[in-house]
Amino acid sequence: MSPTPNATARDAEQAVLRIDNVVKSFGETEVLRGISLNVKHHEVVALIGGSGSGKSTLLRCINLLEQVDDGQIFLDNRELTDPRIKQDEVRTHIGIVFQQFNLFPHMSVADNVALASRHVFKKSKAEAREEAHRLLERIGLGEKADEFPDRLSGGQQQRAAIARAIATNPRILLLDEVTSALDPELVGEVLDLVRELKQAGVTIVMATHEMDFARDVADRVAFLDDGIILEEGPAKQVLSKPREARTREYLTRFHASR
Amino acid sequence: MPTRAHPCLSSSILTLVSNDREARRPSPIELERRAFRRQQNTRSVIISLVSTVIFAVILWLAVVNSPGWAQVQNSFFNWDTIVQAFPRVAEGLWLNIRVLFYATIGVAVVSLIIATVRTLRGPVFFPLRALAAGYTDLFRGMPLIIVLYLVGFGIPGLNLFGRMPLEFWGTLALITTYSAYVAEVFRAGIESVHPSQRLAARSLGLSYSKTLRLVVMPQAIRKVTPALMNDFIAMQKDVGLISVLGAVDAVRAAQIETAAAFNFSPYVLAGLLFVLLSLPMIRLSDWYTARLRKREQMGALV
Repeated sequence: MSPTPNATARDAEQAVLRIDNVVKSFGETEVLRGISLNVKHHEVVALIGGSGSGKSTLLRCINLLEQVDDGQIFLDNRELTDPRIKQDEVRTHIGIVFQQFNLFPHMSVADNVALASRHVFKKSKAEAREEAHRLLERIGLGEKADEFPDRLSGGQQQRAAIARAIATNPRILLLDEVTSALDPELVGEVLDLVRELKQAGVTIVMATHEMDFARDVADRVAFLDDGIILEEGPAKQVLSKPREARTREYLTRFHASR
Repeated sequence: MPTRAHPCLSSSILTLVSNDREARRPSPIELERRAFRRQQNTRSVIISLVSTVIFAVILWLAVVNSPGWAQVQNSFFNWDTIVQAFPRVAEGLWLNIRVLFYATIGVAVVSLIIATVRTLRGPVFFPLRALAAGYTDLFRGMPLIIVLYLVGFGIPGLNLFGRMPLEFWGTLALITTYSAYVAEVFRAGIESVHPSQRLAARSLGLSYSKTLRLVVMPQAIRKVTPALMNDFIAMQKDVGLISVLGAVDAVRAAQIETAAAFNFSPYVLAGLLFVLLSLPMIRLSDWYTARLRKREQMGALV
């Protein structure tokens, strides 16, 4: 049942993202108390757990928007948590989408998507725009490319934000509760896009409250509770037949409140 | 054929809506309401017009019938003196305009630098931050006229530079004082941009300075534009203060003419010219603020 040490080592080596015993506190509060997680290429991992369980903090640590207090994070076997690393360069390989979209309101949707290509990857204005338009076209936002974000619905804004995050082909995409700020009828279009990204082979780590979606799309689910990964495994197993009592309790409470 | 779109909202979506529903006619109730509103409107306009005229007439009569009016009229509103003084005062105003031009550029550059420095985080920048904070504290508190004396008579006394024209020092003093104010305006703008915008920009791999330049600054400047315009209007008239250094600007020219004619009318002329100079900017700033308000309220009534 449990993998041999050799297999674990091989898994770790194959992992795109390797999180090793990460600790993070804000003041007195320990938010992450030793988190370890491997994510393989093309894999979709869902992080579930109550609010305050550390899901968002973990994603921000991966993207170096927060500084870990201990432990290591590796992307393609390169240690991100090394203070000597170039953080801006690292972030270009990691896309993140936020709950509140955080599109830039003073730029058109296409300029939002093209920003990193132009100013980080130094592509020409025409080339970056062309790419942005093509990408927006592909996700059904072609007509909105020249609009400003405030003219878009929440669902469209979040899809634009996802386009912005994947525009530069990051190695891994982090989704931080991307549907939590949306009206219920707009959730579907965003989840459909994430599903398409999975089919296209994008490696994803997502914090989510959408259990049905996690069961459907995620390869693995990790249940975070009080700063540790309490249970981790194939999505169907964790969500349908959780081993831990706390996981069961959380899922029951979660479904009851729906 | 009734046009249903509001005349000042000519965006494509509204045109679409109005085309879609062109067939629809307002109900009798709505027509009655509109007639009533029109009537109310006309009434208000008439009342305000009449009250304004009455007030102006009373004021005018009071001034004209005051015992000293004839003398005041002669020494402040003497047409001949005004005509005579006009060329020199206008020439002086041209100096004010040039000073204003360079001062505006100087203030924009210096204040942006100070504002940026004040928002830098991290202990490394503490000395710079403290310096910038000290600068704004000092020059927001110090009267402009004292700065003019200190810069205009003090710095040349150091004999570090060759002889510079008086207006050069005047411009420098204006930049020094106004940069302190404008830097605070910019800083308020920078800090009003939500931190999540920085987060989003950095997560794309943009550096700190690129985030500031491409994401934070454009939003900050938009937010503080009305305040900046106001400061510009204030500076537009404060350029007249360079006359205390002896530079022959509009105010100084008026002073010379006044002394020559034993008549204060040139001062009135110079004052009016300053008002004319600032009018376009005042109107522009009113228009811009109104536009911002309209966009943010989206047609709300209150």
